[in-house]
Amino acid sequence: MSTNIQKVGVCGAGGTMGAGIAIVASRAGFETACFDTSMEVLDRARGQTEGFLGKSVDRGKMAAAERDAALAGLSASTDMDALADCDLVIEAVFEDLGVKRELLGALDGICKPEALFASNTSTLSITEIAAGCDRQDRVVGMHFCLPAQLMKLIEMSPGVNTSDEAFADAWAWTEAAGQQPVTTQDKPGFILNALLVPFNNDAIRAVEAGVASPTDIDKAIKAGLNYKMGPLELLDLVGLDTQMLLCEAFYPVTLDPRASAPPLLRRMVAAGHLGHKTGRGFYTYDDNAMFGG
Amino acid sequence: MGYVIKKQGESRSFPEGEAFLEGASSEGDIVLHLGTPFEPDAGKTAVLVELEMECLGVHTGENAGLEGSNALGFARYRNGDEAPSNLIELVRQPATDDSAIAAARAIFEAAGFEVAVSADQAGRIIDRLVRPKYNAALTFLDEGLATADDMDMTCRLGLGYANGPIERLEQGGLAHHFDVTKALFEVYGTPAYAPGRRATVAKQRRSAE
Repeated sequence: MSTNIQKVGVCGAGGTMGAGIAIVASRAGFETACFDTSMEVLDRARGQTEGFLGKSVDRGKMAAAERDAALAGLSASTDMDALADCDLVIEAVFEDLGVKRELLGALDGICKPEALFASNTSTLSITEIAAGCDRQDRVVGMHFCLPAQLMKLIEMSPGVNTSDEAFADAWAWTEAAGQQPVTTQDKPGFILNALLVPFNNDAIRAVEAGVASPTDIDKAIKAGLNYKMGPLELLDLVGLDTQMLLCEAFYPVTLDPRASAPPLLRRMVAAGHLGHKTGRGFYTYDDNAMFGG
Repeated sequence: MGYVIKKQGESRSFPEGEAFLEGASSEGDIVLHLGTPFEPDAGKTAVLVELEMECLGVHTGENAGLEGSNALGFARYRNGDEAPSNLIELVRQPATDDSAIAAARAIFEAAGFEVAVSADQAGRIIDRLVRPKYNAALTFLDEGLATADDMDMTCRLGLGYANGPIERLEQGGLAHHFDVTKALFEVYGTPAYAPGRRATVAKQRRSAE
């Protein structure tokens, strides 16, 4: 699939998701401008990118010349003006409507009129984010999966005011970048999180109701459904605080009881049992070794 | 530890020819009822009843949360008429003997099965958790959130599932999904278990045949 997009900007490129998106763009041959508010986080992301692409070469997944070209195409700046000549700007900043709207408003005054804006939001409305700028017809949802540099899937959502042409242009870019786009409406959680967040909550409620231990629930789901991870293992990996934030984003919009934070989740977050990151969640972790419940 | 099988009709867990059936003895400390009526036997280490969608308490009776003995329920998970999975859901009651659970687990694991222990709740572990998700996927399909192919692809690529929810429902049968969710809805009464529209249509069409 061909694309007219040549230069891509990534806002929040010092973060995990932003850095991954920048790798996707630069690896596919697009000039990529990384923007964040701190040079320190951009430098750290640059180092991680060099490490990731280096391993890709070591494992035979890309040639050394391709790695060199990808790195040469990456620039970093804390000056938003560096994004002025981008054809596509993808934002992957903090998941806050006000922050994203303010960012798009600022980009609107800097970027060329024909530039596309894409939001990597996983929970917020594309239409509401787009309302922060005067080019709502050129704003699309472009939700990458974590880790973006490894996962092919992108959930693509048009906002209410997104033009068909802009959506088609953004879609063509994802394909040119070697990704696999799917179309979804601008609804909370799109497809993936709309299915996953309530499912994970149901697993938490099953633990709380004494249906089975976390170990037995995960074992049943993996053995019975061929899932790679059980829901409680996944929650520990993602972080229970993240699940809480997802619930708080979804439930007020959908009023779906399954999307509301289960009492056990609230208690575990309050107790600091957040999963891998704190060494204790539904399982206990010691030096990365997992001990079943 | 040897096990005795008392069998009547076709077992959903162990269709004819299964090696597990061949491993049974004429005498043993564990008795499995596959389609035969539950018979209490305190002299055995464990007495197992193959369950469909019903609770173990239907066979044993219940006693205000104090029920439990050497009786256990079990079911090998199957998605409709697909081949059985390798998972045995082993059902216990509040006061079930630990020795009975250990013995039942041992014979199944020795036969190569994965065993997950569940309380005696409707839907046990898997159907309790996965059926609301399938219902949500059917609703999303009706409401135009995404196409069936895109939903399935999202789950395969984004979550690493072997197949997506709509594929899964098609493979297991929408009418089967109706039967399971109807049974769960009767017990739990929450909208998440109410059979989805497409499952209801499939059931009505099958009933009309």
